[in-house]
Formats: sequence, structure tokens, C-alpha cells
Amino acid sequence: MQNKSTKALYLIPYGAWILLFVVAPIALVVYYSLFDIHGDFTFSNYKAFFSSVYLELTLSSFWYAFLITLFSLLISYPTAYFLTKTKHKQLWLLLIIIPSWINLLLKTYAFIGIFGQYGPINAFFAAIGIGSTQLLFTDFSFIFVSVYIFIPFMILPIFNAIDRLNPALIDASRDLGASPWTTFRRVILPLTMNGVKSGIQVTFIPALSLFMITRLIAGNKVITLGTAIEQQFLVTQNWGMGSTIAVFLILFMFIIMLFTGQKEKGGASVGKTK
Amino acid sequence: MTQQPIIRFDNVSKRYNDDTTVLSNISFEMERGKFYTLLGPSGCGKTTILRLIAGFIEPSSGEIQFNGKKINEVPPNERQVNTVFQDYALFPHLNVFENVAFGLRIKKIKQAEVKRRVEEALRFVNLQGYENREISEMSGGQRQRVAIARAIVNDPEIILLDEPLSALDLKLRTEMQYELRELQQRLGKTFIFVTHDQEEALAMSDEIFVMNAGEIVQSGTPIDIYDEPINRFVADFIGESNIVDGVMIRDHLVRFAGKEFECVDAGLDTNEKIEVVIRPEDLEITSPERGKLIVTVDTQLFRGVHYELSTYDRDGNEWLVHSTRKAQVGDEIGLDFDPEAIHVMRLNESEEDFDRRLESYEVPDHAE
Repeated sequence: MQNKSTKALYLIPYGAWILLFVVAPIALVVYYSLFDIHGDFTFSNYKAFFSSVYLELTLSSFWYAFLITLFSLLISYPTAYFLTKTKHKQLWLLLIIIPSWINLLLKTYAFIGIFGQYGPINAFFAAIGIGSTQLLFTDFSFIFVSVYIFIPFMILPIFNAIDRLNPALIDASRDLGASPWTTFRRVILPLTMNGVKSGIQVTFIPALSLFMITRLIAGNKVITLGTAIEQQFLVTQNWGMGSTIAVFLILFMFIIMLFTGQKEKGGASVGKTK
Repeated sequence: MTQQPIIRFDNVSKRYNDDTTVLSNISFEMERGKFYTLLGPSGCGKTTILRLIAGFIEPSSGEIQFNGKKINEVPPNERQVNTVFQDYALFPHLNVFENVAFGLRIKKIKQAEVKRRVEEALRFVNLQGYENREISEMSGGQRQRVAIARAIVNDPEIILLDEPLSALDLKLRTEMQYELRELQQRLGKTFIFVTHDQEEALAMSDEIFVMNAGEIVQSGTPIDIYDEPINRFVADFIGESNIVDGVMIRDHLVRFAGKEFECVDAGLDTNEKIEVVIRPEDLEITSPERGKLIVTVDTQLFRGVHYELSTYDRDGNEWLVHSTRKAQVGDEIGLDFDPEAIHVMRLNESEEDFDRRLESYEVPDHAE
């Protein structure tokens, strides 16, 4: 009996956390989404979401998140693969991870300096005769900085998945007649898919609701679900519409979680028999 | 017709980072259709030989030939060799059928043919009906069989087995020894088996290569190696042995443990210092008066099929005895043995000299 009550005691911090920071905010967001700007109960916000303005915004948000995830993945997978083959792999990994500990805002400001009209990149362009180019407030700079921010989060799960892969499986595949490329396609990639999925999860979902980078680097030229929410709450003061977009954002997150969910098969013990 | 060796190593060496030598100047030949075992303690280079044949690594120097052709740089996927790995290395994301079919799928063989061959391979290892199981649902022994099926289904010329039985329990291991030997004889393929377990090696092989520190110390049939170990290392590694220092008085007469004994060895120098091996099961317990050696029983262990006695003679040499007869601890007993039980080993003799010497006195012996 006592054992049970102590167990319940341990659950209090968790329960309180979930209640205060997960359940209550979601309930509030759903609640606010049901009122219009004048404080009247309505479903008009939901109807408005399906208008062309918001659908376009959603699509563009998904498109940018997709591009950011794609470029992050294209850089991270080979990097992670290469890192697992190096001698001091944990050190090299750490060097990639460390920048992610520095405040996001600071790093973003650094890029304003780097990409700015008088920044080093433009100075270089000028020196080689291309001349000063508008880098800040473009799609390119937005995606570049976002990819830079997300790469550590993408590399880590992929690195872990590749590192856990039993090297004998690669030998076995080669032994059975597979070329290096076939081995990658039929053995390495399927067995590290869980890492890739985790990487996509931690990149794509936050990328959907980016707003700080959008503001500072893309200068409002790129509008995502995140900036739209901020706009509704802080500028238009339409909490109802802001909440509605947030509800959809949460919905999208769940759908993505479902698609990138981990299957237990193989799982943590990928390729290890014992 | 002289048969071409299927595998030939010609002065093959393997070094890592230019300072650690794993294999030094290894040369040997293997014939088609035989069961070979590379036997030695861990780190002796036996797995390196296997990986060289499989193509996972390249030799630092020397030449490896397969059917008379140099294959030093041929990648593993282009060799007619398949491996059964130590930890099986089955693909966890594929079921039993797809694991076995892996090699056939790479070769783009038609589905009907794949199905037929996979089923045949699974029948060979007694796993019919397990096609749709996941690897995680299979026991250690079953995984072992899947790994063997995955290798034989490709119809390779050579099957390499890297300590495949080490993860199994004793009973299953013994069972698999029989099965592997039988499988090899039914398939008629060349098997190259790596192990550190001398019992496995003796039970299954046509020929054993005993290895130590990157070199092949002795090669021969299990009986040759057991009965005529070339040196202390082999005698100690294969089976239990009593090894004592001695002196060769002349042909067929050796002196050790303070006495002279008749033996069958010959061709050594007079008064040459040698080592003598007598296997524990060749020593027979008798009365002190009739024994060639007189020893005191120190300890006695019951081993099931026999008693294992640790005894000491008056010079302090230990003599291990395997006997079905019991003795009393502390008793003085006699040990009797035949002249054939004495195996004389020259110090630092090369395998070629050793073989030549054995032939020189063994052939007339048999002719008598």
C-alpha cells in the first residue's frame, strides 16, 4: 500500500507539468479559437482558415519547412555517416553539437551581420568583382540560416542510428554480392531509417512554426504559420484567429508525428544479436 | 589428375599501420571439397585469414589465389565465397525468407527460382516452415541455421565460418558440429572453419591449421596433430598434455624424469635436448613396482567418463593421468605407457623439417 502511495507521490511533478504546460495551454488555445475579435462565440475562425489566404500561407509554410528539412537531411546524413567512421567521432560530433547550445537569437543576429550590406560576404563579393548583393531578406538567407540552426538536431539522431549499426551487417551484405551502393540502399538506409525519421521530426515540426528567423533574416518576405500566429496575437490583436492557426499547427504536428513514428521492429538493438 | 588448389596463399602478410603485424609470410594451399579448420588462440590471425579470403581486407604483401587466379584486389561481392559470421549478422529488418533470399535478389533471380532455392536451403538446415518468422523471434540455434542457409543458397565455392558455434550452449554446439560436418559432406563444398575450440577442430576437420602469433605452426589431419604435435604450443593447445624436458640418447632411446625409455622417434642428434609429450590418457595406473614412473597422487577429479589425476614424480614433474580406475590421494602409484605414447619434440623445429623427419622413420615402421 505504502509503495503505491509513494509511487503516486513521484507522479506529482509530472502530472503538474502536463496539466500546467500541456493540457491547459491546448485547452486555452482551443477555447480562444472559438471567439471572434469582438468576443462573440463563433466558428468563423475555422471557416476563415480554409480561405485562400490562410491555405496559401499554410502551403508556403509547409514548402519552406520541407526545403529546410530536405537540405538539412542532405547535409546531415553524409556528415553523420562520415563522423561515425572517424577516429575521435564523439569529439567531432561534439564540435557540431556545441553551437546548438548558444542562444538562437544571438546566432541569428550574427547572420544579420554576416549577410548584411557591409558584411564580410558582400565585402568578398565586391573584392572579386560581383559587387554588393542583397543577401539579407531573401529566401536563400532564410533557408540557409534555418538549415544551419537545425543541422545539429538532424545529425544527432542519424549519427546515433548509424553508430549503432552492427558493421558485420555491412560485411554480410557485401559478402552476399551487394555492391557498396546496394548495401547502402538495402541494409544501411533501412536500418538507420528511425534516426532519419527522428531527425525529420525535430526539424520539420519546429520549421513549420519558425517566426524569429523569418522576422530577422527573411524580413517578413516569408510568412509561415509561426509568423501568422505572432501577427494575429500581437499586431492584429485577433486572438481568436491566432488560436485557430495554432490549433491547426498542433494538428499538423500530430499528423507528422504519426507519419514519422518509430516502429519497434529492429529498434534500439538494430543488428545486435545477444 | 592433379587437382588445382582452390585457395593458395603465397607469402601473405598483413600489417596494420605499418607496425602491428597480424600475419607474417603465410603460405598454404587448400583443396576443393575439404573441411579445413584454422585453430588458435584469440589474436593469432585466424580470423584475418578468413577476412582475406572473403575480401573484406587486402593483404599488405604476398598473393592470394582462387582457382589459380590472383584475387588480392577483388571486392567481396565479386568472390564466389560466402561467410557465416560469428554473431550471424542476420538483417534485423528482413524476415527469415528475405534474409536467405538476399544474395539471390542481388543477382536479380526470378521470384519462382528464388522461392525454390530458399525453400531448399531452409530444408537443408531443417528450418522449413520458418520462412515468415522475424529474426528476433528465432533462438540462437535457429539464427545459426538461417545464417548457414543464407550462405549455402548462393551455391558458393567456399563457405567460411567464423567461430559460428561460440555463442551456443554446449549441447547445441555438439549437435551443430555433427550437422555442419554432415552438411559439408552432402554439399561437397570447401568449408573453412575458424575456432579456438580444439575439440570442435578435432571433431569436424579433414585438416587443421594450428596458428599462433600470426603464423601457421602446424598443419595436418586431426590425428596427426594430436599424436605428433610439433612443439610445446601445439601439444598444450590441442588436448591435455604432460610436457617434460629430456635428452635424446640415440635413435629410439630417450632420457627424461631421471630414466631412459625406449621410444619410436629417430633422426635426432645424439644428446640433443628435446621435449617429451605424453598424453594423459596414454598413462596407465599400475603398481609402483611395475610402473615405469613412480608418482604420488596429489588431487583427483571425477570427470564423468574418467578420473583426472594430478600426480608428481620424485623430481617434481607433474603428470596428468586420465584413467577409468580410481586411486587414493596421497598414495604412491606406478605409471605405465607404451613406447608409442612418447612423442619427442625438437626445439624450434620448422614444420618442413618435422615432416621430413617423421617420414624418414615412420615409413619403414609401417612397412614392417
